[in-house]
Order: sequence, then structure tokens, then C-alpha cells
Amino acid sequence: MQKSLYIDPEKCTGCLQCEMACSFEQTGVFNPSQSRIKVFSFEEEGRKVPYTCTQCDEAWCMQACPVDSIKLDATTGAKVVQDETCVGCKVCTISCPFGTINYVVETGKVAKCDLCGGDPACAKACPTDAITFVDANWTGLDKMRKWAAKANDASL
Amino acid sequence: MAWTRQILRVNLTKGTCTSEPLNMEWAMDYLGSRGLASKYLVEEIDPKVDPLSADNKLIMATGPMTGTIASTGGRYTVVTKGPLTGAIACSNSGGYFGAEMKFAGWGMIIFEGQSPKPVYLMVENDKAELRDASHLWGTSTWHTEEQIKKENHDPQIRISSIGKAGENQVLFSCVVNDLHRAAGRSGVGAVMGSKNLKAVAIRGTKGVGNVENPAEFQKVTAEKKQILAENAVTGEGLPTYGTQVLMNVINEMGALPTRNHKDVAFESANDISAEAMAKPRDSDGKAHLVTNQACFGCTIACGRISKIDKDHFSVVQKPQYHGASGGLEYEAAWALGAANGVKDLEALQYANLICNEQGMDPISFGATIGAVMEMYENGTLDEKKIGVKAPFGSAEALCELVDMTANGEGFGVEIGLGSKRLCAKYGQPELSMSVKGQEFPAYDSRGIQGMGLTYATSNRGACHLRSYTVASEVLGIPVKTDPLTTEGKPGLVMAFQDATAAFDASGLCIFTSFAWGLGDIQPQIDAACEGDWSEAKLQEVGERIWNMEKLFNLKAGFTKEDDQLPKRLTTEPAKEGPAKGLVAGVPEMLPEYYEIRGWDKEGVPTAEKLKSLGL
Repeated sequence: MQKSLYIDPEKCTGCLQCEMACSFEQTGVFNPSQSRIKVFSFEEEGRKVPYTCTQCDEAWCMQACPVDSIKLDATTGAKVVQDETCVGCKVCTISCPFGTINYVVETGKVAKCDLCGGDPACAKACPTDAITFVDANWTGLDKMRKWAAKANDASL
Repeated sequence: MAWTRQILRVNLTKGTCTSEPLNMEWAMDYLGSRGLASKYLVEEIDPKVDPLSADNKLIMATGPMTGTIASTGGRYTVVTKGPLTGAIACSNSGGYFGAEMKFAGWGMIIFEGQSPKPVYLMVENDKAELRDASHLWGTSTWHTEEQIKKENHDPQIRISSIGKAGENQVLFSCVVNDLHRAAGRSGVGAVMGSKNLKAVAIRGTKGVGNVENPAEFQKVTAEKKQILAENAVTGEGLPTYGTQVLMNVINEMGALPTRNHKDVAFESANDISAEAMAKPRDSDGKAHLVTNQACFGCTIACGRISKIDKDHFSVVQKPQYHGASGGLEYEAAWALGAANGVKDLEALQYANLICNEQGMDPISFGATIGAVMEMYENGTLDEKKIGVKAPFGSAEALCELVDMTANGEGFGVEIGLGSKRLCAKYGQPELSMSVKGQEFPAYDSRGIQGMGLTYATSNRGACHLRSYTVASEVLGIPVKTDPLTTEGKPGLVMAFQDATAAFDASGLCIFTSFAWGLGDIQPQIDAACEGDWSEAKLQEVGERIWNMEKLFNLKAGFTKEDDQLPKRLTTEPAKEGPAKGLVAGVPEMLPEYYEIRGWDKEGVPTAEKLKSLGL
């Protein structure tokens, strides 16, 4: 079964455990500035929103790469940057409509979420289940369950 | 090893920023943050220095756990000689700023001297420089954060700054970071103001990559997070209700100081409680509370984010305050509310947000208003003098006076002196509910006896965060003790004081101690840091920090006479509730406390005690 990251911003507290876990998994350093998942803060409304690559099927980054350095991991569905061949041209960063692939000055390559090979560190670190790793065909299951429970509530 | 081993020294007189290696011998004895910064302070300044002079220094320090994945590992401490108290000041804050300092590669920043003009420090990894802040002077902490991000074209900068209160050297002004978090007490903001230092802005992209044993650290921090998640207080009470969960609990115990400590219970406590914050308002059908939020790395997330009622008199003409902002937390809700007899939740939120925006400690501000209201009611002060009618319970007066104090207008200038100086000025020193000049927080020491001793002996003046015996006396953590008795409390207070100092020195949040003991932070510190960090060693580090702070205060001129509560608490019994008829038993607890501390009858550490701690 293929899985997807599923994000529920309502549950995010802004603790950045995901950014710490991601950066440590990817670079061996606790360093939010190297995290591939970012938590955004909307102060006026008091909202925190985690955001990362959704692994599009027809991935713009993959299509745009002139040296074929972004490959599909068939098991996880992740689009994975091949560091050995990436030339740091940044065309992928321009083509991605969501901004979730970024150039890294320190390495001269681009970096994006690769689902940690199928066991994403961000989801494991999230203390509130704002980030979960669930059946890719059923990312809406929890939401459906919530509404189903309401429909079945005789008191409403 | 988790320390960055690098200190940034900023000389504001000369305008220089220099790097120096961290004294690792001291790190081994004092761990970090509160402990290590205090060690640097006591070594570098004369304890008799005027806190607001160029000769005082101000240190911002992280601990070894700051900026790691350990839960709550985002704290930093501001250490200086406090202008409110004249004692060593050490104010701890969360948010994201502390971790950013670490990510930039600095364990500590020492500010010395006095800048001839307003400046802010800009740090980008190794690069640090002082920049002109004349365009920021006279503006709020919120504006300062926004403006610095804007002018540097970098929304990811983290900022710690003072507002107008710090600039005006309000003696209980604080240092605010990340909009709603503050190094709150003892007037550390005024020290920044006296140095013409408006803000510290940091962008760090280096991260923390040097923990001693990464695999073990990942494993043990994950296990300890699980303990926090499963604990009733840290896993449920605090995230759901925040610290405000205490309002009704403490009130029912008859330990909620009300109307400047004249009463021990507030008839309207429920109106300003966590429950009230979560309930839809009659006016607009919306709840005051929007959500809970976490500081950096924190898996508890006790922080409150609220929205004020747009039609409330305090903000109806001020749309800039209609958005979400931090609070109310328990201590602030008490100080702005019960301490003044004010039951208008929206008014409390307004006063709280002005405290955040302009950088004031809401505890000391609120408690000082309590004293003002009592002097208004007894005829010492009148409407002409204050500029507003100020009886107990007046939400209008609270909102008016918070503006005046933050802006340094009219009678607000006198409020900015704090209750001790204000009450003395009007011939009623006994009405200041403070120890060493710092106002009490939200627990009455007649109904929770351990807190009386906590306040009396706290090295930074009255404070709940030096030894939170409420945990034991109210919540039964780690063991239940009777709040109404003095028996065993000296030992309890000492144990809490030393353990708290160790928690503070690590860079972790003291709120974890509802679920964690020293035995839980020990393996996390040990996996992160070089050297052998046993529980016994952490205990000793805590005791060493406590004695070091005490020695500083003694040299600054404090004596046994300063380890006392105001007469009201030791002579006027509680009027109602479980503690009815009781006064605070500090006089009977103090000799025993000195003795078990290894101090003489005057409260001076003995040579033997100092030697055993290597002091």
C-alpha cells in the first residue's frame, strides 16, 4: 500500500518538531533552515500551517529537470533528487507551482521531501498528529469519519 | 557536546562585537543558561553596581538542550542585575529566539557598556554588527519585529526586543521575543533600555550538529516525550486549558490573592478562568480563546492565543488589536484580574496585550495596580492624582492605566516604579505586596504555606518559578503535601529550588517538571553533552547555582531582613476558605530553611558549604 503525508493545520501548534526531525534525518544536524517541511505562522489569525511537497504524479520538477536528476521511487511514490547528477540549475524550483523544492547554497544542489524512503521523520515527530502518513487512496478517511459521526448523531 | 563553545561579546560603548571561546570548566560546573550566564555575571560585575548604569551587563544565554529536538528545548535566559529588586535577575523565555541563537552558533551573548544612541544587534551566523535603531526607538516590540524583518528582506529572522516601557526604564519592563513570549520579570527590559539597545535580531542557519551521542539522544528524547504526552498535566490539562486551568482550583483552595491580598478568594474567579475563555461570549458568540500554541520544540503547547471582543470598550476604536494575540496565561489573568478585583475578561486581555506590545511584566504591573487601587480606596490617592477613578474592580481604570504606564504618561510614570517605591512614596510601604521589591505572583502564602517560603527566599524577589511547591501542595507532584502546614516545607522548598535551577540551566522548560524529574532530564543531558552527567551532579549544579546567586545578593547588600514577607501576610489571617484564620508561617520556617541549606542564622552560606560546592 502506498502512503501519503497528510497535513491537518488545525492540529498544528507550531512546535517545529517536524522541522527538527526532518533536518536531522536529512543532514544529521538539528537545523530548521535545512528542513524540507516548513511551518508557516499566520499571526493575525493565530494559525500555524505545515507545508511540504505533495509528490505530484505529473511532477513539474521532474518534468523540468534537464539532466533527469529527479526520479520516481516506485515504492513510495516520492520524487527523489539524485544528488550525484543534480547540477544545481534551479529550473525545478521555478517550475514547481508550490515552492516545495528549493536550492541549497551549502550543497549546490536542490532539496525536497523524499518521504525519508517510506518512513517520514516529520510524521513520527509530530506530537499532535497534524502530520500523518496514511493510505494514499484514503487521505480523506479521518475527515469522512468525523462527518459520518455527525450524521449519525441523533441529537443534531 | 551540545554547547556551541562560542560567546559573542558586544561592547555597546565602543560598538564592537567579538567572539570568544566558552569557558568549558564553568560549563561543567554550571551547565548553561541560567547557571552559566549567572557565573559570567558574578565574575564580571560588581554586585553593588547601579543596575541601570553602563557598568551593569546583560547576558542572553541558551542551555545545552536549547535548539535540540528534546521537548521544550527552546528556552533562553536573560541574566543581569535587576533594577526592580537590586538582586540578581534571571528571566527565562520560550518562543523561537533562543533556538535561533544556537543555530547561529552562539551559546551566549554578553552586552556591556552603553551605546551613545539607539542600536540593535544583527546577527547572521558568524557575522554580528550593531545597527542604528533610531527609527525603531519609540515603537513597540511588535512594530520592531515587523520592521527588522522587512528592512532585512528576511521573514525568518527571530527577534527579541524592548518596547516603550523598556526604553522609559519602567522598572518592571521585560524583553519580548516572537511577539508573545517574554523574559518577563525583575525589569530586565529596563536594563536593555538603559543601554540604548532596542533589539537583538538573529538568523541562524548552522543548526545544532554536535550532540555527543546522536542515536541515544534521539531514542531517549522520544521516550521522554511519550511521558509528557501520557501525563495528565502536560498531556491534557496544559494543552487544553493552559496554565489558566489553575484559576478555579486555586480560588477554591482560598489561595487566590484578591484586591491586593486583602482577600484570599475572588467571587468572580470563574469569569476570568480557562473555562470562561473557552465559552462563547454573549456579545458576539465567539470564544475568547482561538487556539493553543507551542514554543520551539515543545510537545506540551500550553500557550494561549486569543481574540478580544471587537466591540469591547478597550479596542472598539483600535482595530489594530482585533487580531489574535498571546494570553491569557494564569499569572497574568490573576495579576490583572483578581489582584485588582477586575472580572472583565476582555479588559484583562487588553491589558495583557499592551504588556506584550510595549514590553511590561503583567504580574508586577497588575499587582502594582492592586496597590494603587487600595490607596485610592483608602483616600491616599484620588482621581486628580491618578487621572482616573480607580476603585477595586474598575476595568476602565485598568485599561487606562496600562496605556499610561506603557507610554510613560501622567501617573503611569509613577506606576512604572513598581509597588514598593510607589507605596513608599505615598507613605504606605506596607501596602506593597512584594519581596525584595518584586511583586507576588498568583498564590497566597496563607493558603499554600510553601509558597510563602518560596517568595521570601527567592533570589530574584517574589516569584513562583524558583520553587513551585504548588506542584506538591496542590497537585501532589511528586508527592502530596498539606498546603496548610509549614511542616517539612523548608526541605521541600530547597529541593524544588535546586532542581529548578538545574532544569533552567539545561535550556528546557520548567513546565516539563510536572511529568519529569531530574531523573528524566539526566539521560537527555547525558546523551547530548560531553562529560558524565549523573542525577547527583545535576542536583549539585542546582545547589551551586542557588548559592552563587545568594552570594551575589549578599554582596549587593541584602540581609536576612529582606527574606521576609509583607506584614499583611504574616499578621492578617485569611478571612475565608480552607486557610481561614491562618497567616503565612515564614518566620517559623526560615531558621530551619537556613539550617538545611548549610547557611548560618543570618542566612549566609557557611565556609564549609561553599567549599563543598566549589564556590
